Amino acid sequence: MKAAVITFPGSNCDRDLAIGFERAGFEVVRVWHKDTALPAATDVVGVPGGFSFGDYLRCGAIAAQSPVAAAVKAHAARGGYVLGVCNGFQVLTEMRLLPGALMRNAGLKFLCKTVGVSVEAGSAFTAGYTGGQRIALPIAHHDGNYTIDADGLARLQGDGLVAFRYTDNPNGSMADIAGVLSDNRRVLGMMPHPERSVEAAHGGTDGAALFAGLMGGMALA
Amino acid sequence: MKARVTVMLKQGVLDVQGEAVRHALGSLGFAGVAGVRQGKVIELDLDGADASEARVREMCERLLANTVIESYRIELA
Repeated sequence: MKAAVITFPGSNCDRDLAIGFERAGFEVVRVWHKDTALPAATDVVGVPGGFSFGDYLRCGAIAAQSPVAAAVKAHAARGGYVLGVCNGFQVLTEMRLLPGALMRNAGLKFLCKTVGVSVEAGSAFTAGYTGGQRIALPIAHHDGNYTIDADGLARLQGDGLVAFRYTDNPNGSMADIAGVLSDNRRVLGMMPHPERSVEAAHGGTDGAALFAGLMGGMALA
Repeated sequence: MKARVTVMLKQGVLDVQGEAVRHALGSLGFAGVAGVRQGKVIELDLDGADASEARVREMCERLLANTVIESYRIELA
């Protein structure tokens, strides 16, 4: 299984995301935002956290218009897997691969701490967890306040596309949403950082099951 | 052609930064500030033959505003 991790100017969690995939057995290829094609036979695209383009204009807005964006959208359109973490989640909403938007945290502060998250929806990304399992993952963001229109929220909840919820909402996100899936459940965007919780030195390993579950879940699909 | 684009959060979207400004004004002793909303102004200097309001509108729809949560208005000079 091959993961392509994209680096934008200002991305700083790309290496950690690559390691998260590697530790689960993926072959990882690093991709520069100016590349116009993804590596052949890419199974999952990783869009990492950080401050792409300095968060200029809006978080992820300029990255979403990068030369590589068309290839990522085409990959998703033909059923490819995409994992966007933090700034990556922001990029995926700006690309309109996921609904809604991430706004400034309700408390106005940059949050940098470990939070409780409950695993909700079924998908290849959550295959390594049990339904409703409570895990701990780090967050590090200023603009993680998820919002969506009323109809969109009804759809997400009705179709079971909310992948993760905060157990104690730190940033004002609508319906405590911490991560959402696309209609085909192959694109996941999440604000918490699973790649920062894959080895003991991280202080927790709850994120490892996301990569391991994805490896297993994709192999079956 | 010069264009000035003003981007604001849509009515009904919580503007936490506007609220912070409102509180700060209150703390400074300015009474009667019922509401504050904060946005962005983007000034464009266009010199191509196809410079037009329609072009600026396209820029807004594609990049300058996130129409999920933002609205925009265009002024031409």
